[in-house]
Amino acid sequence: MNWFLQFLTSSIGRKVIMSLTGIFLILFLIVHLLGNLQLLHDDGGKAFNLYAKFMTTNPLVKTISYLLYLSILIHAVQGWAIWRKNRAARGAGYAVKVTRAVNTNARAASNMGWLGTVIFIFILIHLYQFWLQMKLNNLPMAEYDGKTAKDLYAIVAVAYQNLGYVVFYVVSMAVIAFHLAHGFQSAFQTLGLNHKKYTPAIRFLGRVYAIAVPALFALIPVYMYLFMN
Amino acid sequence: MKLTLKIWRQGGKYKGELVTYQLNDVNPHMSFLEMLDVLNEELIAKKESPVAFEHDCREGICGTCSMVINGYPHGPQAKTTTCQLHMRHFKDGDTIVIEPFRARAFPVVRDLVVDRAAFDRIIQAGGYISVNTGQAQDANSTPIEKDLSAHAFDAAECIGCGACVAACPNASAMLFVSAKVSHLALLPQGKPEAARRVQNMVKQMDAEGFGMCSNVTACEAECPKGISVTNIARLNREFISSEFGSETQV
Repeated sequence: MNWFLQFLTSSIGRKVIMSLTGIFLILFLIVHLLGNLQLLHDDGGKAFNLYAKFMTTNPLVKTISYLLYLSILIHAVQGWAIWRKNRAARGAGYAVKVTRAVNTNARAASNMGWLGTVIFIFILIHLYQFWLQMKLNNLPMAEYDGKTAKDLYAIVAVAYQNLGYVVFYVVSMAVIAFHLAHGFQSAFQTLGLNHKKYTPAIRFLGRVYAIAVPALFALIPVYMYLFMN
Repeated sequence: MKLTLKIWRQGGKYKGELVTYQLNDVNPHMSFLEMLDVLNEELIAKKESPVAFEHDCREGICGTCSMVINGYPHGPQAKTTTCQLHMRHFKDGDTIVIEPFRARAFPVVRDLVVDRAAFDRIIQAGGYISVNTGQAQDANSTPIEKDLSAHAFDAAECIGCGACVAACPNASAMLFVSAKVSHLALLPQGKPEAARRVQNMVKQMDAEGFGMCSNVTACEAECPKGISVTNIARLNREFISSEFGSETQV
């Protein structure tokens, strides 16, 4: 077999794919969050809609977005395949099952498959509700200083008046927080980046990221539901 | 001490089930294996088949004893093999569940005995250095940096018992393989074969059907020798650099 294919299908190679796509998704979440925070701007959606227009028309951003769709799919499909293989590797289970861990959350770490599955379902609903409506041109148009943009803000504002959706969104962010609590530092370990000097910083950054980013994402629908009626 | 034991019996008349035994006079100074010896003496006296379990040195250095005690490989005591675990760490009246190491790559032979030959085949694939025997060279003729030799010694502490596989939710053998790869790759004697070694050992590990590492670190938590998961990062580094940075392909 070709050496590169052999690497990609080895147990370590498959984990490296998980790690690299995971790190890309971690970086994407920051960009996504910065964009979303503009929803809190009390300008009837002007800043958010113009940003959304830029993100969907700029050729560089569009190219990166295809890479993003691909990363989500690879991360999910590879993740499920690894999960399946790992369960098979255990065979008959234990009558008494305990998992202790060092320097990570044992519960999050041993449930990445379940957490990831919930996140994938969330992404599908999320994409259907906003992204697909925009792609199918189901949105009204808004005009700002002579420039027109799809009024994505309008459907977001309507969705966040629905308490059920706000709760679903917040719960999904909690799931993402647990997934990241383990995933962030795990991605570095898989790449072999474990170092006496840097690993404590990576772990600290991972913890801060896993709490702050999902919390800020969750803040947006809660704030809009409570204060932007 | 009075104890209730629930022990996995498999083979002979047992299809594979937890069987309950009562022990009424356990001395707290006994080791866990001595406690099982007492149980087996009672079973033999009653003309029942004794519980099969593996043991050899009973000094915590051979890696032969195994078994999962109340969900913990080698029992709940940190950095302790089953043979070095003493009954004083349990309470009078306790119920103790004893199971074999569980992994598809470690098939149960009988009761608590599992076949760990998969580890031997991984070592055969490259866990050695090729040197001609002869006169031992002078001890300090090859200078080795202090930190490197310390890390190599830490990795070499691995006794190959398989507790890492038993503890890992994925039944992954990465801690074992990483310890073996690390202790050789860190030293000058292991360098010439390092690229080939890591590829061969990972290939064999995958072929044996062990799971993939998801960095749960349960292996380090349960390892009777406290082998660190930093070795797994080193294994990943060695493997990636061997694949991308050398001409070696196995």
